[in-house]
Amino acid sequence: MTSGPGAARTDDLPGALAEIVADFQEMGENERLQLLLEFSQELPALPARLADHPELMEPVPECQSPIFVTVEVGDGAAPAGPGDVVRLFFSAPAEAPTTRGFAGILSQGLDGLPADELLAVPDDVPDRLGLTRAVSPLRLRGMTGMLMRIKRQVREKTAS
Amino acid sequence: MPVPTDPDVKLAEYAHPERLVTTAWLAEHLGTPGLVVVESDEDVLLYETGHVPGAVKVDWHTELNDQVTRDYLDGEAFARLMSAKGIGRDDTVVIYGDKNNWWAAYALWVFSLFGHEDVRLLDGGRAKWFAEGRPTTTDKPAREATDYPVVERVDAPLRAFKEDVLAHLGRPLVDVRSPQEYTGEKLHMPDYPQEGALRGGHIPGAQSVPWARAADEDGTFKARPALEAIYQGEKGLKVTDDVIAYCRIGERSSHTWFVLHHLLGFPTVRNYDGSWTEWGNAVRVPIVQGEAPGEVRA
Repeated sequence: MTSGPGAARTDDLPGALAEIVADFQEMGENERLQLLLEFSQELPALPARLADHPELMEPVPECQSPIFVTVEVGDGAAPAGPGDVVRLFFSAPAEAPTTRGFAGILSQGLDGLPADELLAVPDDVPDRLGLTRAVSPLRLRGMTGMLMRIKRQVREKTAS
Repeated sequence: MPVPTDPDVKLAEYAHPERLVTTAWLAEHLGTPGLVVVESDEDVLLYETGHVPGAVKVDWHTELNDQVTRDYLDGEAFARLMSAKGIGRDDTVVIYGDKNNWWAAYALWVFSLFGHEDVRLLDGGRAKWFAEGRPTTTDKPAREATDYPVVERVDAPLRAFKEDVLAHLGRPLVDVRSPQEYTGEKLHMPDYPQEGALRGGHIPGAQSVPWARAADEDGTFKARPALEAIYQGEKGLKVTDDVIAYCRIGERSSHTWFVLHHLLGFPTVRNYDGSWTEWGNAVRVPIVQGEAPGEVRA
């Protein structure tokens, strides 16, 4: 479950996400919490077309705090294909910094990837951040839930 | 020398008013020698974003629970934790947190297992303090380590295990989860990670009183007459009853435990912290589905 004393694998991750995992791994446990807090502060605000229409977003009940996620694939004009770019959008309240931090990591690590590369991201990425002990396994499941829902939405939107 | 209690008139109606303080009282008493303020949240980072000046953080997952066995700290580990947080055995501890004080109530209950005598909740919790625009800081206090004694945990009066619940069937149980969890309707959700329980429903005979019914919109506890109308009026509980409360992992039921034990004065209330994540996974324990409490079969 934990990554153990050695560094977690990053060679099977897209570049931005690999860098984030490496950044977490280089730090001591207390600093990792601080870094997670920074990701929570950097989570971009929703564009108006989503902020005004919360019903377009999917709730993530695995997180103990209310968070919503939605993806857009391609330009929306034609049916999306595996090479089309995925954009990610998250909504999480300021009172849920841990959840926002998870969303911030996924946002910075996955936004802008082509659909096929995003779908190839291993499901165990949350376990590679070295946060298991500082954050607790139960809380980390929220991040796994977000990743699974993102991938499912991408699959649905690229299915022909 | 104990810190004086809050003389607030709403609190005075409760069976044990000394277990609660108002935000106004806390604001006046910050910095009083012998008073330690503790923040305990569901969100492990919330304290870092700002907290009551001087408050220390105690995290339920990573600090109050044993990290291997599903259990709380033992006496030695609790003493080490208290010492590191700068909490003395005779200190007055005021706990507050997010989510209507669920985790604060849970922390208070765990402190109670170790017999820490003067432990109180902040009525309305973190949300009320912030909503009122009271002072906050991101500075972490540097409290001197204390010499907290090793006190063994005494579970029996306050904590029920699965075997206790089985032996208790036929006597009052309060299920404080959502109505959908109580009926068993809510269990499987698409893409839900392996969490929770294999079976849905409730313990036979348990009354459904979602925890939130005890709280007002601002997160403070309802006044005593309103609480009595729910638990004693509508649900027919008697102060002399032996009651067990449960939820999913024992945190929401700590909130109800606090209401029944400290606010309404039921002397015998236990929290079943194994709750549905144990019961709903246990082999051959009786389960009832649907809205009715159901019969206990002999």
